[in-house]
Amino acid sequence: MSVVQRTWSLLAVPLIAIVMSVVVGSIVIIASEWLVSGELQPGLAVDAFTALVVGAVGNERVIVDTLVTTVPLLLGGLSVGLAFKGGLFNIGAQGQFLMGALGSVIVGVQLREAPALVAIPAALAAGMLFGLAWGFIPGFLKATSGAHEVVTTIMLNYVALAVLAAAVNGPLNVEGSASPITPDVGNAALPIIVGTDGHLGLIYAPLMVLVYGFLLFRTTRGFEIRVVGSNPDAARYAGMSPRRLIIWTMCAAGLLAGLAGATDLLGTTHQMASSYGTTVGFDAIAIALLGRTSPIGILLSALLFGAMRTGSAQMQIAAGVPAELVGVLQATILFFLVASPVIVRRFGIRGAKAGLEEAATITGTYGSEAVR
Amino acid sequence: MDQFLYSIPIIGIVFELVGYLIHVLPDISPIILRAATPIAFAALCGVMCERAGVVNIGIEGTMLVSAFVGWTAGVYLAPVLGSDPTFFFGASPALIGALVLALLAGVLVSSVHAWLSISVKADQIISGTIINIAAFGVTGYLIALLSQSSPTGAGQFKQFQPPDVLTSLPGIGWIFETLLNQGPLTISLLVIMVLFQIWLFRTRWGLRVRAVGEHPRAAETVGIDVIRLRYRNVMLGGILAGLGGAYLSMEGTAQFQQEMTAGRGFIGLAAMIVGRWTPLGAFGAALLFASATGISQSILIAPPPGQLGDVLHALPPQFFDALPYLVTIIILAGVVGRSIPPAADGQPYEREAAH
Repeated sequence: MSVVQRTWSLLAVPLIAIVMSVVVGSIVIIASEWLVSGELQPGLAVDAFTALVVGAVGNERVIVDTLVTTVPLLLGGLSVGLAFKGGLFNIGAQGQFLMGALGSVIVGVQLREAPALVAIPAALAAGMLFGLAWGFIPGFLKATSGAHEVVTTIMLNYVALAVLAAAVNGPLNVEGSASPITPDVGNAALPIIVGTDGHLGLIYAPLMVLVYGFLLFRTTRGFEIRVVGSNPDAARYAGMSPRRLIIWTMCAAGLLAGLAGATDLLGTTHQMASSYGTTVGFDAIAIALLGRTSPIGILLSALLFGAMRTGSAQMQIAAGVPAELVGVLQATILFFLVASPVIVRRFGIRGAKAGLEEAATITGTYGSEAVR
Repeated sequence: MDQFLYSIPIIGIVFELVGYLIHVLPDISPIILRAATPIAFAALCGVMCERAGVVNIGIEGTMLVSAFVGWTAGVYLAPVLGSDPTFFFGASPALIGALVLALLAGVLVSSVHAWLSISVKADQIISGTIINIAAFGVTGYLIALLSQSSPTGAGQFKQFQPPDVLTSLPGIGWIFETLLNQGPLTISLLVIMVLFQIWLFRTRWGLRVRAVGEHPRAAETVGIDVIRLRYRNVMLGGILAGLGGAYLSMEGTAQFQQEMTAGRGFIGLAAMIVGRWTPLGAFGAALLFASATGISQSILIAPPPGQLGDVLHALPPQFFDALPYLVTIIILAGVVGRSIPPAADGQPYEREAAH
């Protein structure tokens, strides 16, 4: 197979999905404007998507913004992608992200006057550790009791929200502030390397893509993860311990999502208000699926989602279309990805790799007995 | 003996807690049943789908869409059909019309899941997750658009007032109060749950459903259309999830909020597992999970006296927000290994090729 054929086979379905999301998004914009105001404005869709693109890559400043938004999405996407490789569905990246942000703000505030060389690594490590712990729980529960991570991680997302609220309203709150908020992380804030907001994460997040690829495809542990993900019985037969690998994979996924949260907090918000929240956890699922769990794929789809999230603000201002449209685009992309086997067959798109076989074993472990 | 037990602080507090719970049970049981209603509908939806062999993680999203459609349809129907509450559960033509549309929306969303998981044979958990993400995205976008004009809905269903003769009966009056001082959707839950249990385990149709969930190949050989039955069950499940969603925006409250399902669809799935894939068991488990909500509310409104009160007072209030989720995780992890799902659960059915 030539390089062109191979590239086409991998890119065809994601590209169709992205194009269809623009088509469906346009229809939704025009139809909902018509329902709300009673006027039919086909031009509005063009305006909205133009504003989206301009707001994402129109000038140097917004390009940096897009890259900064991409960083936590990329790390989150790697978290979900790694779990997929191991046959696990990490819907809990959301909660692990929040816990990672919490861990980094706790340590960051403590070390806000310490030298940056101490404060930054310590705060990042705390974020990763908190995320790891939040990933360990569903991994441990799945390995020992068989409770499926789809249910337990969602529950833990809500628990994480409550923990955050309790921390920000309680011990972390600045005395006398109008609304609950933590102090600034001071010296633990990530240094700015590009423009006004381009922080250190722009360097280490791409490095994590390399680590992800190296771990999965160049190490024994990565091989074991992939075998357990595609066939747990074969893994057990070959002398691997699926139970240990499940826990290991969920811990690593939690660590990555925790790093995403720590990066967002130390790099962008620098403090945590009680309204602190994120959409990274769910974006990350879409990113991992769109990128077919491959390192390059996740990098590219994280850039796409970073651009959409950044550009949507401009779209709301310039065209009056709510930024929540990104959710509609995301849903359409995912729908066409999952429905791709039928679409590829129906329209005879030759050589395109359809479906999501990377994530084919998820339902196989649903409701199963404890992993042996 | 008492002296000895109370001398150990922890045991003393446990005794106080049990005493407190028994004391407040008559007061909080209506709250528990109300909190359990959307969870139980979600769990019944899960039973309906999984007994036929289709895993439905998208219940959360289905409920969210139904909640949204129920409220939004009320906004548009109220000026057309009228929204004056009648004596019958405070129902108005607009409210009933909106409920019908909410249930249809539930069927529509679940038929997308049915198509993806039965015909496309996509991974069913991925498919369900996409339903959830799509529901979250689409309702988030539409509510952002709609709330620009801050519209008013068609109101909500009212609770039935049981006669005093029943509720004032000594000892058991509170049971009537719990079961009957409820809105139409909660009361319909009680009826549907019992009928569903009988349908699933005492009728031919139920036997067919269970056969398809356990051994679709064998079911097909005796002439059951596996694909059709699965489609039908998932769409019936959509009605159940739709009732749960409608409860949130039309009976529990009179408005729609972004992400208002707050994980109830997933708690429902846990209730289904803990209830061993039976309607009655799922309902019981939903009550158990919802009791965390009821107890939290009771502690916040009427805190217990004494040592127990001091302990509870020292906890951050967010602890009680997290309690239903914690209870779900703990019970699920304790029960799941001993609860066996239908054998063909989650496996797409492939018809044997005709030769």
